[in-house]
Amino acid sequence: MSSSAPIPLIPAAFGFGLRPLPLAPLALAIDLVVRSVARRHDGMFGRLGPHSDKRFLIDPTDLPFVFVITPHIGNPSASVARSAEGLDFDARIAGPIAALVGLVHGAYDGDALFFSRDLVVEGDVEAVLALRNALDDAEIDLVEEAAAALGPLASPAQQVGKVAARWIEWMTGMAMSRPRVHHS
Amino acid sequence: MPLSLTLGPLLFNWSPDRWRDFYARVADEMPVERVFIGEVVCSKRLPFIADLFAPAVERLTRAGKQVFMSSLALPTLKRERNQVEDLLAVPDVGIEVNDLSVLPFLKGRPFAVSPLINVYNEGTVAYLKSLGAVHVCLPPELPLDSIRALAPLVDGVPLEVFAFGRVPLAISARCYHARIHDLSKDSCQFICGQDPDGLPVDTLDREHFLAVNGVQTMSYTHADLLGDIAALAAAGVSSLRLSPHACDMVMVAQIFRDAADGVCAPQDAQRRLAAEIPQAQFSNGFLHGKPGWKMLAGAD
Amino acid sequence: MTVGKRLDKVELVCPAGTPAALRAAVNAGADTVYCGFADETNARNFPGLNFSRKEMSESIAFAHGHGAKVLVAVNTFPRAGRPELWHQAVADVAAMKADAIIVADLGLLAYAAEKHPELRLHLSVQAAAANPDGINFYVERFRVRRVVLPRVLTVSEIAAINREIDCETEVFVYGGLCVMAEGRCSLSSYATGLSPNMNGVCSPPGAVAYVEKERELVSRLGDFTINRAGKGSPMPYPTLCKGRFCAGKVTSHIFEDPASLDASELIPQLIAAGATAFKIEGRQRSRSYTDAVVRAFRAAVDAVATGAPIPTGMLASLSEGGSTTRGAYQKTWR
Repeated sequence: MSSSAPIPLIPAAFGFGLRPLPLAPLALAIDLVVRSVARRHDGMFGRLGPHSDKRFLIDPTDLPFVFVITPHIGNPSASVARSAEGLDFDARIAGPIAALVGLVHGAYDGDALFFSRDLVVEGDVEAVLALRNALDDAEIDLVEEAAAALGPLASPAQQVGKVAARWIEWMTGMAMSRPRVHHS
Repeated sequence: MPLSLTLGPLLFNWSPDRWRDFYARVADEMPVERVFIGEVVCSKRLPFIADLFAPAVERLTRAGKQVFMSSLALPTLKRERNQVEDLLAVPDVGIEVNDLSVLPFLKGRPFAVSPLINVYNEGTVAYLKSLGAVHVCLPPELPLDSIRALAPLVDGVPLEVFAFGRVPLAISARCYHARIHDLSKDSCQFICGQDPDGLPVDTLDREHFLAVNGVQTMSYTHADLLGDIAALAAAGVSSLRLSPHACDMVMVAQIFRDAADGVCAPQDAQRRLAAEIPQAQFSNGFLHGKPGWKMLAGAD
Repeated sequence: MTVGKRLDKVELVCPAGTPAALRAAVNAGADTVYCGFADETNARNFPGLNFSRKEMSESIAFAHGHGAKVLVAVNTFPRAGRPELWHQAVADVAAMKADAIIVADLGLLAYAAEKHPELRLHLSVQAAAANPDGINFYVERFRVRRVVLPRVLTVSEIAAINREIDCETEVFVYGGLCVMAEGRCSLSSYATGLSPNMNGVCSPPGAVAYVEKERELVSRLGDFTINRAGKGSPMPYPTLCKGRFCAGKVTSHIFEDPASLDASELIPQLIAAGATAFKIEGRQRSRSYTDAVVRAFRAAVDAVATGAPIPTGMLASLSEGGSTTRGAYQKTWR
C-alpha cells in the first residue's frame, strides 16, 4: 500500500455518535490488546529501552476519546479518557485514527505522515521515535492481537475480526491489517 | 612548559592590501610561534593573494616564526588538486593538510594536520604519524575528556586546540554567500569579500546562530578557551590556535600569551578579550562536551 | 525471486533500520541492504533503531538465502582511548560473513585492513573522499573496494572521478540530502552537543521540540528555532541545515530546502558516468518507506536496462516537504 492516497477520516457525525458510549468496555479492550502486544512482541522492549516506561498519549483526532499507553516491561497499561485535558503524559501523538492504525500496521511511513502534518507529535520526540521504530519492527496486526488477547476464543474471534476488519477497510479506507509482502 | 601559540590560516576573503598588511604586522608584532598561511576555503580567492605568499613566508621566517602553508579544504577541480604542488614548491615551509587527498603528493615531507581533518582517536593519529604528521590541530568539537584520553596515546605528536575565533563547522560545494545574494557560484562577484568576519545567520527569532563564509559555515560565536588553558595544558595539549579576524589580532594574541604564561588571570584575560571585541559572543561548549555555542566556566 | 531479472551491471543498495525493514527491502527487490549495530559505532544511532548481534546474524542469513548482500556500516569515529567497541564491531562483521563493512575513520580502516584482510572494505560517505587523489589513497593504502561518493558532486565530476580511480563507486539516488561535505560537519553538535561523527546522530530527536502556537507550529533544535509553519502546511523534521534563517536582508532556507534527493531520472547518466551501485538513504525511515522506495527504484533500474521510459512521480509523498530535487548532480545547485 502506498501512502500517497489521502488519509481517510472518520465522518464527524459518526464520531459524534460514539460520544455517549461508555468508556469502560473500550478501556478493557484496549488494555487487553496492549497486554497481548507486549506479551507476543517482547522484542519491542529492547528497542524502546529507557522509553518503555514513558506515558504515550495517543490522540485520534477524529474520535471522541484518547488513550494513554505505558508499554512498561512486565506490566503494560492502557487507559481511555474523553479528552486529553488534565492528563499527564510524556509524549502526545495526534492524528486521524486511520493514520495511527496504518502506522502500527506499517502501511504508512511515520516521517511522511509527519511531513504532511497528518501526524502531530508533542513532548518527548525521542520516545515517540523509539516507539515508532519498535512498532515498525514488530510487524503488528491489530486484528490478530485482539484475537490473541481473547485466548481460547482466539481462532473464531479472529475469523469474525477479519470479516469486520475487511468491512471497515472497505467502508473507510483505513488500513485494518498489516500489508502482506509476498515471500518467495 | 607554557603553551605555544599558533596563528591559523586566514579563513576569510580579505583584499590583497589588507592581507599583506596583516601578515606584515604578524611578522613584526604578534607573539605567536607558528603561522599558517594560504587559502583554505575557496580556490577562486587564490589568484588575488597567491603572489603574496612567498614574500610573506620570507618575512615571517625572518621574524623567527615557523611557517606552514595550508592546503584547500575541499579540492575537486583539477587545478584545485594541483594546488598542493604550488605549496610544495615553497622552500622551507611545512604543509598543513586540510583534505586527506593531498597526502599522496607529500612524498614523505613532514606535514601538519588541520582541525578540518577527522582526528578523533589514537589509531588515526598513529596512522597519520606513520605518514609524516608532525603537528595535529584537533577538531573543534572534540571534548576535553577525549583530549585527556588521547594525549598520552599519541607518541609525542604535538596536539593543538582551536582556541579563538569563529569555529569552522562545515564545508560544502555550495556557496552560501552567493546563494544569499542570489548569485551563482560561478559568477559570485566575490561577494564574500564584503564580510571580513563572515556573514551572520540568525534564527527566525532573530537570535544569532551561525555565520557563513563562502562555502564554509561557521559559528556565530567566537571560541574563547582562555578560561580553560590550565586544563588544556594539564591534559597534554601543547599549543593553542588563534583564527584571524578583523579585530586587533596582535592584541588578541597578547592576551592569550599573557594567560598562557600565567601573567594574567583567566578571568582578567577574558575581560580584556571582551573589551577588545565588544560585539562578539564567546563560547567554549564543545570543550565541555556541551552544545558548542555555550559559554561555561573554565575547566578544572 | 519475486522481482524481475537483476542487472549484472548496477546494484541497488537499500537501507534497513530494523530486521523487518531489511526483509521488506529484500522482498521489494534490493540487491544489497546496508544496516548497522544498535550502538554508537553507526551513523544512524537513533532510538529504537538498528540491529543486535543476533538480529544482524539472522538478517544476513535471510538476505543471503534470498540472493541479496548485506553491508554493515561501522562508520562513526572511535572514541579516544576506547576503540574496543569499534574493533569488536569490525571483528563481528567479519565473523558474521557480511558482504562488506562500511568504514570512515582512518585509524579504523588501518585496523580492519590489518586484522581482517579478508573483509571487503567500503569507504563510507562520512570519510568525505571527494576527488580521485583521496579515493586512490584509500584504495592503495587499505585495499578499499568501493567508495560511497559525497552528495556534493555533479554527474560530470563523478564521470571524471571514475576515469581516474580503480575501485567501484556508489552514489546516492534517493533520500535526505546532506548539503555539507558529510563527515565534515559539526553543526549538529554546535546546537545540541551531539554530532554524526562522535555520536552517530544529526539533529538528534532528543533535542527536538515542536511548539504549537496560535496559528503556527514552531520546530526547535536545542535552544534554536529551526522553522515555523502555518497550521496545516508541511513541516519537515528540524534538520539543522534545512531550517529557515535570516542572513543580511534575506529570510529563507539559507543552506538547503527541505527536499529529498530523487535522481531516478538521472540513472542512465549515472550509469554512463561509471557508477556501479545506487544507494537509497533512509535507515531511520519505516519499512513502508523502504518497501515503496525500493520498489520504485527496482522498477526504474529495470526500465533503464530494457530501454523503457523511467516511471516518475512515484515517491513525492515520502519526501521531506513533499518535494524532490536532483541536488548537486546538476551544477546550478551550487
